[in-house]
Amino acid sequence: MSALYPLLIIAVVLGIVLNLAGGLIWVERRLLALWQDRYGPNRVGPFGLGQVVADSVKLFTKEDWIPPFADKPVFVLAPAVVVATSLLAFAVIPFAAGFVIADLSVGILFLLAASSLGVYSVVLAGWSSNNKYALLGGLRATAQMLSYEVFMGLSLMGVVIMAGSFRLGDIVEAQRHMWYVVPQFAGFVMFLIAGVAETRRLPFDLAESESELIAGFHSEYSGMKFGMFFVGEYIGVILISAMLTLCYFGGWLGPVLPGPVWFGLKTMAFICLFILFRAALPRPRFDQLMSWGWKVLLPLALLNLLVTGAAVLLLR
Amino acid sequence: MSTAVLPDQLVSGIPQATCDGIPTYWIDRGQIHATLRELIEDVPQPYKMLYDLTAIDERGRRHRDGQPASDFTVVYHLLSFERNAYIRLKVALEMGHLSLPTMTDLSPAANWYEREVFDMFGIVFEEHPHMERILMPRSWVGHPLRKDHPARATELGPFLLTDEKQDAEQEALRFRPEEWGMRRGREGTDFIFLNVGPQHPGTHGVLRIVLELDGEEILDAVPDIGFHHRGAEKMGERQTWHTYIPYTDRVDYLGGVMNNMAYLTGVEKLAGITVPPRGQTIRVMMCELFRIISHLVWYGTFAQDLGQMSPVFYMFNDREIAFGIVEAICGARMHPNWFRIGGVAQDLPAGWDKMFRDFLDYLPSKLDEYDRIVMRNKLFQARTKGVGGCTVEEAIQWGMTGPNLRAAGFGWDFRKKQPYSGYEQYEFDVPVGVNGDCYDRATVHVEEMRQSLRIIRQCVDNMPGGPCNAEHRLTTPPPKAQTMHDIETLIHHFLSVSWGPVIPPGEALAAIEATKGNNGYYLVSDGGNGSYRTRIRAPSFPHMQMLPKLCRGLMIPDLLAILGSLDYVLADIDR
Repeated sequence: MSALYPLLIIAVVLGIVLNLAGGLIWVERRLLALWQDRYGPNRVGPFGLGQVVADSVKLFTKEDWIPPFADKPVFVLAPAVVVATSLLAFAVIPFAAGFVIADLSVGILFLLAASSLGVYSVVLAGWSSNNKYALLGGLRATAQMLSYEVFMGLSLMGVVIMAGSFRLGDIVEAQRHMWYVVPQFAGFVMFLIAGVAETRRLPFDLAESESELIAGFHSEYSGMKFGMFFVGEYIGVILISAMLTLCYFGGWLGPVLPGPVWFGLKTMAFICLFILFRAALPRPRFDQLMSWGWKVLLPLALLNLLVTGAAVLLLR
Repeated sequence: MSTAVLPDQLVSGIPQATCDGIPTYWIDRGQIHATLRELIEDVPQPYKMLYDLTAIDERGRRHRDGQPASDFTVVYHLLSFERNAYIRLKVALEMGHLSLPTMTDLSPAANWYEREVFDMFGIVFEEHPHMERILMPRSWVGHPLRKDHPARATELGPFLLTDEKQDAEQEALRFRPEEWGMRRGREGTDFIFLNVGPQHPGTHGVLRIVLELDGEEILDAVPDIGFHHRGAEKMGERQTWHTYIPYTDRVDYLGGVMNNMAYLTGVEKLAGITVPPRGQTIRVMMCELFRIISHLVWYGTFAQDLGQMSPVFYMFNDREIAFGIVEAICGARMHPNWFRIGGVAQDLPAGWDKMFRDFLDYLPSKLDEYDRIVMRNKLFQARTKGVGGCTVEEAIQWGMTGPNLRAAGFGWDFRKKQPYSGYEQYEFDVPVGVNGDCYDRATVHVEEMRQSLRIIRQCVDNMPGGPCNAEHRLTTPPPKAQTMHDIETLIHHFLSVSWGPVIPPGEALAAIEATKGNNGYYLVSDGGNGSYRTRIRAPSFPHMQMLPKLCRGLMIPDLLAILGSLDYVLADIDR
């Protein structure tokens, strides 16, 4: 039985994440519509929920076309990478006390590593498409990754110092008396910014930027390969939201309701925040994003690390 | 219209009288370049702006009393801001000698205008840097605005696309950078040539821009226009004066009745009609409403070009409310076709003022909200401030008018400077920018909506009584009151309605402050029931011509910001 337990968790996590990612198509379209004074999909099934099924059927049955000028193996591999790496990261996410696939002692590092690998998918897709718009999108993704990845990791280190552990379970338990968003507010804001950039969503959807590069790196993709990018993006959003919840908002901790419910509620709130960003903000130029990343946010992240370290040393 | 007349000793040409009072001179072919140089550079209070450059095929024209013999006449319109006056120069050309020296060395704006004249009439401009077709496909045979060129596809015979023809057409589309005045690379670096459009989400229509890129930096940009060309000027020669009105709606398709206004002001000059005060006020009110409608579209799509998803939905909702008013009054929405020669199609319906007052109370708070969402957004400002700026001098040289010229810091508004339709009676301010960059263009546009609301409120509060159509025999449709009293009036009415009004021979230019800049109609009547030559001077054409100058050295995202801020409509460029 105990040998089956991890498999059971894997099945549950996979089921939840993939279904949620699909369902987010509907959530996002309805929420955007709400904020934009329109209805959104409301015809298929109750509240338009059947739209998820309709969209999936459409994506699965569309012609799976590979352009003759593309670099075929890489072109096929790219969309798989983004889904695989994002799902991999969920291995260390604790949904409740002890409800985790792999309780690694370096959980945060594993998370950062796995989610950062996702950028390969964008760059490879841009490169292998052999299309100028896709190439520019891929290049932008590289430039963007170089600018946020550095302060992304550093901004999380404040939390690690305070909790004294890289293990996500320990970090949540350490927030029993106070969520880290209070002492680590600067770190939270920086990680949130980096998180949006990591998921490549507006305002940091430079690699895709519809009004400039058509669809950027996935201009040439159609059918389920495009669907993989689509789902991969939502999995990324869930992942970053879960990280924000775990590191700054006490994970599954909360009164009355059971842990997983709290975790789900908090994560969902962040997902909605991501959608709100998309509804509200314009997109900076990538040189602007780079210079903010390197000139403003990186020094701030370092400063936050120093101050946190000093404070922790002083108080002990 | 100003009365400042050029001293005769400056121009050695044959004067011609026109209906619009613009001094008009026939210049000798050998003298034209020197005369243009004189007027643009040397005379006191120079005529700095090449306002328009076009031609007339005179071969079928009957009423040319006192004019030199000419098969094709090239017509230059220059505008002096200091004098607040136009001057019109004409050059007579004979069949077989259809060439002129270029004036691109005097005015950069001449480049596209000369290409258009070549394309449409086959008149060659010597030493022009790029004497190619501009609106028609390269493989086109013939010059469409010549009188012997058919006006309808049905006059052309059946169209067959053979394999050879298809291959030839495709070959003609092959991109060779050299033909566009571009280099393939420098010092071991190959440039990227990026084809933006004709299908692209950021170009707002079928516009193609070929970019020469080093990374994402734009080294050069060449707009390729003509995809939206429908021969609006040719149709003007085919339709009657009256039945051409709906075609004007579709030139600047966001401007609605604003186009009617420009065209009919010209026709009324030719016919000598004065519209009564009520008609004028109704026209002004509807034009300003359409200015708001057009600017709202611009506002939303500009924000969307910069990646902001939501504003466009809010603004289209507001536009919908404005369209409700338009629909109640005109019966149609985007293309109301509602002004008539001598007035408007109908008097205002009962309850019109309530709709306007509700809208006037509703929109200002919305505009304030949009200021908070868009104009004061730091990311929006970072994307637009200091991007794509130009000086007043450059703007004038390139033929910029309207909000874009005012954004550069020059408060020139044709409603103030050359009032038409009673604009001198209204109180409103002319918003002016400083740097002429994308942000200033945006602030000018936004402020103009508030000023338009002010004008509309004055119209609603002070709507004059009386008739809305002129008591004139050329008013169309003609007044019907007298038709049942005597046979003479009945016959005139019958002819005017069935055949169309006959406008006396003459020439007139009417230029108005349209939504996007100065929209001018240069009309030539040969005493028929239709125009002999309809020239549409559209504001978007010179604005688009200036694009390469504005975006060189910037990046692709900036190109989209500039395109969005320029506020153009493809139908207005291509006509």
